[in-house]
Amino acid sequence: MLSLALENSAEESNEAILIRRIRNGEHELFYDLIRPYERRVYAAAFAILRNEADAEEVAQEAVLKAFKHIRQFRAEARFSTWLIQITVNEARMRKRKDHAHIMEAISDHRDEEGDYTPRDFADWREIPSETLERSEIREALTRALAAIGEKYQEVFVLRDVQHLTIEETAKTLKISAAAVKTRLLRARLMLRDLLSPGLGGNWSSKLSFVKGAKPWE
Amino acid sequence: MGMSCQEVWREVSNYLEDDIDPAVRASVEAHLRGCAHCTAVMDGTRNVIRLYGDKAMLEVPLGFSQRLHQRLEANMPPRQRGTPWGWVMAVAASLLIVGGFELGSSAAFMANELRSEHAIPAASHTPPDLMVVVAEDGKVFHGGTRCPFMHEKNKERVMRASEAIREGYVPCTRCMKQYLSAGLTTPDFHWGISAEVAALQPMR
Ligand SMILES: [Zn+2]
Ligand SMILES: [Zn+2]
Repeated sequence: MLSLALENSAEESNEAILIRRIRNGEHELFYDLIRPYERRVYAAAFAILRNEADAEEVAQEAVLKAFKHIRQFRAEARFSTWLIQITVNEARMRKRKDHAHIMEAISDHRDEEGDYTPRDFADWREIPSETLERSEIREALTRALAAIGEKYQEVFVLRDVQHLTIEETAKTLKISAAAVKTRLLRARLMLRDLLSPGLGGNWSSKLSFVKGAKPWE
Repeated sequence: MGMSCQEVWREVSNYLEDDIDPAVRASVEAHLRGCAHCTAVMDGTRNVIRLYGDKAMLEVPLGFSQRLHQRLEANMPPRQRGTPWGWVMAVAASLLIVGGFELGSSAAFMANELRSEHAIPAASHTPPDLMVVVAEDGKVFHGGTRCPFMHEKNKERVMRASEAIREGYVPCTRCMKQYLSAGLTTPDFHWGISAEVAALQPMR
């Protein structure tokens, strides 16, 4: 814990130095500044746009915007959070241009209130992270994520994939912290249900899932 | 009195993030001990958070980073330090000051021209391994591939200025003039190579 905290503060002061030098005209250092976050920028854009080409385009726009507005970055925020916020804004603007989105937003409003009832009670053994090296596993996770409503997806990706805090997620999406928590819980439970029967059927045998009863179905 | 299953589900996030009142935590744990369903929900959700939280989930398309850097490069203001013609200055200096190269006659001629018209500052900055572009269209080397005097642009080679001179190449007059008109003696003169020269693969 302590070493992690030290690492984080070292990383932050390093960033502060980089940012100062970039502001003073050493523009090439911007590559070093963003290198650790390039994947996260893409993932944030993809979570909202769900299209590789659009996500890449928006990721580029967001990084360019961060470069052009580097003077507006405030030192009290984390650079990574600021960059992800720019990305989310860009992605949402892109999405707003898309007419179909309006329909989706309306249908998205259902079920916000009330409890989510889990549907699958299979016993999940612990799944080793090494299985993520297999592309079919990653695809199953991506498919499940695409299957939950957009507003759950956004919250889940920012909090559980991007590791933003609840407050940062709330600020990025311009919703309350309470709404973040509600959506996050629902997103997690929905994903668990979607993945629980064995990640598309392939997993149960390979990873010795035990299929449980579903008494409420 | 125990918690219901539904009450436990409401606490799943709080429990897993350890953002929970100790009394509520104790109640959840008591329920989990006697309820296989809620245990499955809790374990499964923990798995979901751990799997999606893994760095492996941050996959990007092939070449993403490269394309991003190209886009940035194209949108960055021109470098403040160094000039694209810095190499010409360096060549001029090397022609004038550095002995030991066997200069071709035209190169020597050009060096004399330069000496008479422009005072070249003492080259305490003699470039060790300056990279220049040569084309197969003549015995001339250039500062970059954008030079209009350079033909056969697909046949260019990048090499050290010293090698180019040894092979009998001379600096392109246009590249030279362009540099000279930009001013010879900028205080923080930088022996940088131009971006487009850097982008070419040096010949082995
Ligand atoms: Zn229960
Ligand atoms: Zn030339």
